[in-house]
Formats: sequence, C-alpha cells, structure tokens
Amino acid sequence: MTSLTSLDSATSLDAAEDAAENSADSITTADERSPAELAAGRLRLRRENRRLFVRRFLANKSAVIGSALLLLVAVVSLLAPWLTGRDPYALEVADRLKPPGAEYPLGTDNFGRDLLTRVLYGTRMSAEIGFVVALSSSLLGLVVGLYAGYVKWLDQILMRVMDGLFAFPAILLAIAMMAALGPSVGNLMICLTIVFVPSIARLVRSSTLVAKEQTYVEAMHALGASHNRIVWKHLMPAALSPLIVQGSFVFAEAIIVEAALSFLGAGIPAPTPSLGNLLSDGKLFIYNSSWMTIFPGLALVVVVLAMNLFGDGLRDLLDPHARRAGKKR
Amino acid sequence: MAFYIARRLLATIPVLFVLSVIVFLIIYLIPGDPAAVMLGDGASPETIEALREQMGLNLPLLQQYGRWIGHALQGNLGDSLFMRQSVRAALAEHLGPTLSLAVLAELIAVVIALPLGIRAASRRGEAADKALTGFSLFGITVPGFVLSMFTVLLFSVQLKWLPVSGYKPLSAGLWTHLQYLILPALSLGIVQAALLARVVRSSMLDVLNESFVKTALAKGVGERGIVYRHVLHNSWLPILTVVGGSFGTLIAGAAVIESIFNIPGMGQLLVNSVQRRDYSVIQGVVLFVAFAYVLVNLVVDLLYAIVDPRVRLQ
Repeated sequence: MTSLTSLDSATSLDAAEDAAENSADSITTADERSPAELAAGRLRLRRENRRLFVRRFLANKSAVIGSALLLLVAVVSLLAPWLTGRDPYALEVADRLKPPGAEYPLGTDNFGRDLLTRVLYGTRMSAEIGFVVALSSSLLGLVVGLYAGYVKWLDQILMRVMDGLFAFPAILLAIAMMAALGPSVGNLMICLTIVFVPSIARLVRSSTLVAKEQTYVEAMHALGASHNRIVWKHLMPAALSPLIVQGSFVFAEAIIVEAALSFLGAGIPAPTPSLGNLLSDGKLFIYNSSWMTIFPGLALVVVVLAMNLFGDGLRDLLDPHARRAGKKR
Repeated sequence: MAFYIARRLLATIPVLFVLSVIVFLIIYLIPGDPAAVMLGDGASPETIEALREQMGLNLPLLQQYGRWIGHALQGNLGDSLFMRQSVRAALAEHLGPTLSLAVLAELIAVVIALPLGIRAASRRGEAADKALTGFSLFGITVPGFVLSMFTVLLFSVQLKWLPVSGYKPLSAGLWTHLQYLILPALSLGIVQAALLARVVRSSMLDVLNESFVKTALAKGVGERGIVYRHVLHNSWLPILTVVGGSFGTLIAGAAVIESIFNIPGMGQLLVNSVQRRDYSVIQGVVLFVAFAYVLVNLVVDLLYAIVDPRVRLQ
C-alpha cells in the first residue's frame, strides 16, 4: 500500500508504470547501485533470457521442423516467378498431359501448362491468403475480444453475433458468402476473415475476462488510467501469446478452406493457379494423369503441416500451461 | 433440472436469431440488384421486377426479414428458381445421402478413435501414445478432400477395388450402398478420428488422476478393470459431446467430399446452386444445416446434464 500512496506525487502515469516495471525487473530495489550498473545487469539478464529461449526453441522438435518448412514455403512463395523461369499461364498444347519427366519435372496439365510452376504459384497464393486472413482476423478478433471482455454491455451484443457466426461450419458459411459476393481473391480474403474472427475473439475475450480481475488492473483504475489505456496497455499483452498461437492455426485452417472453396469453384476464379484449382483440375483427369492430383495435394499438405507444427511449437514456447488444454476452433 | 433446460433453451434463441439474420443478409452481399443477378443477362425489366416483387425485395428490410423467417419457421424456405420445386422438397431429396455419409463416417471415427485413445491414455508415453500424437497431427493437417482423392487414386484407380464415384441408395441393398460410400466415409472418418482420439485420450487422462483410481488400484483392481470399468465409465461425457458436436463438421466436410464422389447429397445441392446462383436454395441449405448443428449441440448438452448432475449445478 505504501508504494501506491507514494505514487500520488508521480507526475504521469508513464512514470508510475515505469517505476512499477523497474521494481519488478530487478530483484534488489532497495540497494543503491549506480544506474550504469543496473543497466549492465539488465542487459546481462536479457542476454541470458535470449540464450535460454534459443535453447528451448532448439529442444522443441516441432518448432524447429515447422520453422524450417515455413522458411521453405516462404522462399518458394517469394521466388516463385524465378524458380522455373516458366509462365504459369503459358499453354503448350502439344505437350498436354505429359507425365513427370526431364523437361517437366512434375508433368503438365490438360492445357500443357507446366505443373511445377503452377504448384509453386499455387503455394504462393495459399501462403498469401493464409497470411492475410490470419493477420486480419487476428486484428479484428483482438479488438472485438478485448472490448467484449472489458465492457459488459458490449459483451452481450458482440458475443451473440460471434456465437451466431461460430454456429456455422466454417466451409458452409464461406461458400454461402462467396456465392453472393462472387469469386475473387479479395472477396475470399474478406469471407475467410469473417469466418475466423469468432474463434479469435472468444479466445481474447476469455483471457481479458481473467486479466481484468487482476490487482494490477485495479491499481491502474485507482491511478486514474483511462479505459482505452487499460485495454491496450494492460489487457492486450495478456491476450497476445494465445492470440499468436491461435493465429498460426487460423493460417493453416484458412489455407485448407481456401483450397476446398476453390476446389468447389466458389473460391479463386479458374485460370489463376491456386492449390484448390489445381486439385479441381486434377479431379477431372484422376484416371490417367494422377500427377495432377498428387503434387498439388502434397504441396497443400506441406504448407498446412508447416503451419501446424509451427503453431504447436509456438504454443509450447509461449504458453506451456496450455499444453494439455488441446486445440479449440 | 427444469430450470437448467429452460435456461439452456433460452440461451439458444439469440444464437438461432443471429444465425438466421446472417443467412438472410447473404442476399444483400450480392453486388447490384439480386433479382437481376439471379435471372442473369438478357432478362427483361418486367421479369426482374416480377421476381423482385415475388422475393419481397421492394419491402422495407425489417419487414422482409419478418416475412422470410415467418415462412422459414413454418418450413417454407421458398422455391428454387431452377429446379421447379420448393427448397424444402430439394432438401428432403438430398438429405438421405448426406446423412448416410455422415453417420458412416462418424462410426468409422469412433471405431478408430476409441481403442487408440484408450490405449494411448493407459500407456502414456509409449508407442501407442506417440502414434496418437502423429495421427492427430495427420488429422488436422491433411484435409478430408485431399485424403479422399488420394484414396481414390489408390483403391479405385490403381487397385480397382471400389467404384470411383456415384451413389446407390440403401434400397439397392446394403452392400451396394456401402460400396459407394466407403471411400468418402473413410476419408471423412479418419480425419474426424484423429480429433476424437485426442479427446478420448485427454478425458481419460483427466479421470486417471482422480483419487478413486488410486483407491481402486490399492484395492487390487487389475489394469483392465481400472481402464474399462472405472476410467472409461467416467470419461464418456466429453467424448459423447465431441461426437455430437462433430456432426456439423462432418456434414460441412461431406459437402466437399460429395462433389468428388458425385454423391447427390446436400453438399452437391449447395455447390450446384452456387454455380446456378440459386440463392433461395443456398440460403435454405445453410440455414438448415446450421440450425441442425445448433440443435444437435443443444440436445447433447441437455443429455449431458441428465447423465451428470454436476453440470446442472454449475
């Protein structure tokens, strides 16, 4: 209590917060070390923490494999135009439905387009959509979840809407919205974002509900912090690590739903190479040209696997307690 | 008990309301005039106006919703523009195959997941447990429709054991019926089994830590007795909840799988309607499946409370 009263004279909330943080950082608040010594100590502590983190990361198999695969996917996505030197739209009618061989490593499709090039571009498209959807639904879900958790009357309204959205099986809602909006990459991103916001919002809300009962939030109220300040500076950090983990699973899930929608003809319009479109072409020629199904299918599995392993690893690193709780979608 | 049921029922109403509003608003996502889009190019202004009138698009929004939901609650979901039948009739026609597929897939999932989950929980950290970890990663990673295309390649194209696609109703004989359903159901079921096995394992582990298990052990109850009589008995509820809740996912998953195997179920109805821009059918299918999904979850929750009194008191 004495520390609270002494803060009365603090000129700004920032100073108060800094003081609180500093006293939490260094264990010996009472002694009189010089600021330089303290700074050096803090630096050492930070370096030690980083070393520990690296060691924990390397000990975590799924994090390492996931990151490696993710790096591969990222490189492939960024370099897609240069890796084969071919145009994913270039028709070579004489070479249609060629099996994998020297000239076309993964064969060609029914229009004689190089499958390897199309799979690379498709992977790039999947990664792009997964990334945008994960990011935008995380941001929206964060805002909705934070305010629903913090403001009681908003909770009723926001969470009823989220419950309603959550009651739809994801693919179904996305198909219905895409049917109305019309197939395009932009529309797909919008639909998938709407579909995945509720799961993030629920997660953020539940961590906010817990965090707002903590004493430090009460202390911030007592110090006169504004609601927005409490929400963004003190509640948001508590929600961040589960949010990042869930975001990586949304990334994987969005890629699957995108592929399913494109596969059904309700996603990305036809000539654009996306993994779902490639699989949909493959279905037509499944009898004689199995490579048109196998390679896009494997590419899809690798991208999703990368994201899932990465998410699993992240969860172990950021949130060891959630290990047993399992995944919620 | 009655209080619990009443509370649970009341809590479902806003969800159903929001859900119906979302389905209703789908039409308004259409860029431009929905009636003109539905009729396509070359429709005369008179026919467009007639359809607008028929759909009630000229009414105020609230009144439109009232009209639509009023009809829907009486089982009238409107008429299909293309199939010359009511949406309700179309749904009834396509419900059977999807239900068959979902039930079979659920059966397969349970048959795989139960023994695997039980074994993994009772021998924690051993081979079965590690297999389950790998299997559940497989389940969330490989989408059902990709798995089913791979199984088609293997069993139908390479080995020629099973038909590639098509559907025969149950009236054509059980074996013929199953022959066409086994591949799609297997692909759906395996993915579902991976999620279910994880739940079986974790709910068994929760019970294994209870003190009555220690008591049983001290009494000299054998391992089988503990696992099957004491632990499994007390782990049923979360398992059943997940099984019930997964029906919605299975039906949605069936939508994609049906189009691969050319099964005339609700998924195919939906996909065909998307291509024909037959919005009343799209709304009907989505509303029906989502309602069914919410109601199944409600029933499971209520059963849960009947079997386990602790739930009611919370």
